[in-house]
Amino acid sequence: MDNPDKLLDDVLAKVAAAADMDALEALRVGELGKKGRITEMMKGLGQMAPDERKAAGQALNVLKDKVAAAIDSKKAEMADADLDRRLMTEKIDVTLPTAPAAEGYIHPISQTIDEVVAIFGEMGFTVAEGPDIEDDWHNFTALNIPPDHPARQEHDTFYLPGDYETRKVLRTHTSPVQIRTMTAEKPPIRIIVPGRTFRSDHDATHSPMFHQVEGLLVDRTSHMGHLKGCLIEFCRAFFEVDDLPVRFRPSYFPFTEPSAEVDIGCTRAGGEFRIGHGEGWLEILGCGMVNPNVLANCGIDPTEYQGFAFGMGIERIAMLKYGIPDLRTFYESDLRWLRHYGFRALEVPGMVGGLAR
Amino acid sequence: MKFTLSWLKEHLDTQASLQQILDTLTMVGLEVEGARNPAEGLETFVTARVVEATQHPNADRLRVCRVDAGNGETQVVCGAPNARTGLIGVFASGGSFIPGTGITLKPTEIRGVSSNGMLLSEREMGLSDDHDGIVELPASTPIGVPAVKIMGLDDPVIEIAITPNRGDCLGVRGIARDLAAAGLGSLKPLTNGPVPGAFESPIKAHLDFTDETKDACPYFVGRYIRGVSNGESPKWLKDKLTAIGLRPISALVDITNLMTLDVNRPLHVFDADKVKGDIRVRLGKPGEKMLALNGKEYELDDAMTVISDDAGAEGLGGVMGGEISGVTGATVNVFVESALFDPRRTATTGRKLMLQSDARYRFERGIDPAFLVDGMEIATRLIMDLCGGEPSELVIAGGRPDTARDIAFRPDRVKGLCGVEISRDEIQRILMILGFSVDGDGDAWTVRVPSWRGDIVGEACLVEEVVRINGYDKIPMVPPVRDSYLPKPALNVNQKRRALARRTLAARGLVEAVTFSFMAEAHAALFGGDTEKLRVVNPISADLSVMRPSPLGNLLLAAGRNDDRGVADAKLFEVGPEYFGDGPDGQRIVCAGIRYGMSGPKHWSAKPQPADALAAKADAEAVLAAVGAPVDRLQVYTDTPGYYHPGRSGELRLGPKTTLARFGEINPRVLKALGVDGPAAAFEVFPDAVPTPKAKGTARPMLNLATYQPVERDFAFVVDAGVAAGALMAAAAGADKALIVDVRLFDVFQGPALGEGKKSLAITVRLQPTEKTLTDAEIEAVSAKIVAAVGKATGGVLRG
Repeated sequence: MDNPDKLLDDVLAKVAAAADMDALEALRVGELGKKGRITEMMKGLGQMAPDERKAAGQALNVLKDKVAAAIDSKKAEMADADLDRRLMTEKIDVTLPTAPAAEGYIHPISQTIDEVVAIFGEMGFTVAEGPDIEDDWHNFTALNIPPDHPARQEHDTFYLPGDYETRKVLRTHTSPVQIRTMTAEKPPIRIIVPGRTFRSDHDATHSPMFHQVEGLLVDRTSHMGHLKGCLIEFCRAFFEVDDLPVRFRPSYFPFTEPSAEVDIGCTRAGGEFRIGHGEGWLEILGCGMVNPNVLANCGIDPTEYQGFAFGMGIERIAMLKYGIPDLRTFYESDLRWLRHYGFRALEVPGMVGGLAR
Repeated sequence: MKFTLSWLKEHLDTQASLQQILDTLTMVGLEVEGARNPAEGLETFVTARVVEATQHPNADRLRVCRVDAGNGETQVVCGAPNARTGLIGVFASGGSFIPGTGITLKPTEIRGVSSNGMLLSEREMGLSDDHDGIVELPASTPIGVPAVKIMGLDDPVIEIAITPNRGDCLGVRGIARDLAAAGLGSLKPLTNGPVPGAFESPIKAHLDFTDETKDACPYFVGRYIRGVSNGESPKWLKDKLTAIGLRPISALVDITNLMTLDVNRPLHVFDADKVKGDIRVRLGKPGEKMLALNGKEYELDDAMTVISDDAGAEGLGGVMGGEISGVTGATVNVFVESALFDPRRTATTGRKLMLQSDARYRFERGIDPAFLVDGMEIATRLIMDLCGGEPSELVIAGGRPDTARDIAFRPDRVKGLCGVEISRDEIQRILMILGFSVDGDGDAWTVRVPSWRGDIVGEACLVEEVVRINGYDKIPMVPPVRDSYLPKPALNVNQKRRALARRTLAARGLVEAVTFSFMAEAHAALFGGDTEKLRVVNPISADLSVMRPSPLGNLLLAAGRNDDRGVADAKLFEVGPEYFGDGPDGQRIVCAGIRYGMSGPKHWSAKPQPADALAAKADAEAVLAAVGAPVDRLQVYTDTPGYYHPGRSGELRLGPKTTLARFGEINPRVLKALGVDGPAAAFEVFPDAVPTPKAKGTARPMLNLATYQPVERDFAFVVDAGVAAGALMAAAAGADKALIVDVRLFDVFQGPALGEGKKSLAITVRLQPTEKTLTDAEIEAVSAKIVAAVGKATGGVLRG
């Protein structure tokens, strides 16, 4: 029989020289097939003497394994080369623009309300709501604004049809929800009320519809120091300025006593407006201790309970925070504006993940 | 409210700087809106004498002046007609900025003569429009000193906002009192002693009211002054009024304005010779007319307080005097009125007649009822000083109403309500300087309210007085105490749904809008609004005249506006209220959206489609799924409101009554009425109508993952063209509820091969065995059930 080493060299040379898959397969059949050369040699082992057979059998097995491995390896190599060739033919133009996905946005008013709720929610406030169309009692009288009170004139009220006494009004502030909550629930009360409000005024800084957020906290012990704590924390969190100067000034609202307006620090240094330390103050909200008459009007004993309330304009704080120059643009639904000032769907504000991007 | 620093100092003895005064005003609640010194920018101008004025050699109208401004002579060419030798005027040297012209002076040559400065007119100084000549100062004026000092211009004008409760600060004296309390000085005494009357007034006053209406004018003080001469006011008074933007008119009128602004005591002065008979204060007569001082005629009614004489109405109490009996330059005898008018009646009268005045503004906020006589005495002195004359005895009708009231005050409440520690001595000091009197000691005080503080009605008001004067900045900042360490969720289930709806739609590529709750009446009618009950009586404009029955109209109009601006494919939504009644339950939240124009811009890989009903349906379904509606149990109904295309719209209902959503193309008639091109598809989802799932803990139901191979089989049915795909799919799904887990429609085909009025609907049905692998025979059996069920429900047969 042939020398297995010589045979191996011969076969390996043929494997290396095989031109294609078919040649390789023919080679495999010729050596390892049923009638293949190496198969035949394996068959010849039976006629050998037992002592010879063992050594020759081992040598043949090694030879067979090596040939099979060489053919498999060459096959894999050819398959790889085939795939590479095919892949090159499948080339596409990857500079083609992708199919457009419409981009949605959240309106800055919604986003700002979400931010406000995130902050006050952290302080234990829950969101309460009430109707936009109100009666005179909830919107004015119960809030210690009796008929002919001079403060009524400053409200520029919209009216619905009806006689003078019973006609409905579009709520001029979110404060009637204070009344609705206090007449329905017992203290302790801790609510915020974001919502639509209406005043018959329309110019660059007034819109017939705008949004406010109201806050109300009633219990036995909360005082004006707590009000200060609550609102200073809010302002610093909302505007994301840790050391934001916040100033409380005496003011007047019929439904609070004492009353205050709150200013935050700002600067126009270098011609650019910025919220923070500076020479200026900017009024952003009104607040105070709930007037005892208001508590009594809601059936809450003012000798036992006290608390504070506050209210601010959503658009105003949004304009200040996001540098939106004109109030009227909020309601124009101009897509260029909405895309520029809007927020992406997954930018959900929270105190853990942060308010703004 | 405007006043000057020097005016304030007439009432307040203080060493405080202007800045201290401004800061204190704001911090006691008298918010400074502005402070401006008219001398600003004029500091460099000095007094100067024209040593000699000679005719300009080359110009008839010009003079060449040698000017001495205290540091040698300067030559100036001047065109003013009054430029003459010896005149003392105001000189601006070269390099000065002239505020009235906006020009910076440079040495120049005028028609060949050099000029090195300017003699200024009032207009050039920015003081007035007077440009008839240069400023002339008295001959005794020293030379070379700042002109603003000599002209009395160095007096800052302060403007503050007065809240409606602080009527007492509508006079400079009230402001001074607050500043004194805040520690900025002391309040100066007022000269208000009686002026003896020389005779009995020939005009008497009568209050003609019933018991019910006597509050209209409970108290009237009058005085006749004879032999006055009503000329121009002296310079000090004119300057005072001019400084705060008032126009001086005549001495008598200026005195009433001064009294109003200085001590908050509105007065009226009648020309006594034009008063017929006595003064009667009464209610108006319906139809009665009066010509007011502003030259307009008003028709009165019986709710208005009228000052009248025998000839008729001569004034509207607390609002405005009449033209007929007003004073003029020829007035010789006057009757001065200092009266008290009811705040509410005054406000109502002014509102009804749309008549605003300084008097009304003050009376409706409440005037000191104890200051009528004092006011009269001060005014009498002023009139005698400026106009001469001889006063009568006082004419008094009615009497000072008893407004005295005591408030029980616990000084501990200062800390209890405001959290700030203030000593009892300081509390008492503050109250007393503000005019309160304090009685008692220990924990329970009795505090008497001064007559001018009608706004103080309870203990909380007194706390506010103490704390605001002490300074809100001294209140400590204390974090509110929370009941529990971790907060409860701030949102309830419906509020959470709105947030989910919003962000779901934004994630689907729609842009959120916030549109007005109003819309035009004609547009509201398109959406079924109750335009009578929900009409705004006093709208801003006709476009915003009714409460919207749906946000869709506003969104469509917005899409149209965007279209006009070149954005032709608006996808907008709004989560907000729609209105159907005027009661507390007359509104509901709707999540409404529109797809307008094409689905997107032209693109090589995606062909844009016009907005269609099924795209809107997909939006509605996505929102419903997000808010937890049982989407697989909803049924599609095709009876929709008229603003939808009748054949291309539907409602998703839970049972026949509960509509959770609507979708469809907008009816072209509606688009036309709104004036937008379209096409547009819309959806409305009512998230609050989705049933709230019963509380059953947070655990999900047990998950059973099938271990056996699922099988899918396709069926193509030929049905009548009118058969709803939904009905066919429901029939197939119902054929074996245990095995069939999904039915998908994968082809809809109509063509001649099927015959007239027929279509083919092809579905894939997925079978999921749970106990063992299905045999061919079992699959065949289910298939037969499906074919039978579809056949029964729709008449459909398998396509051959």
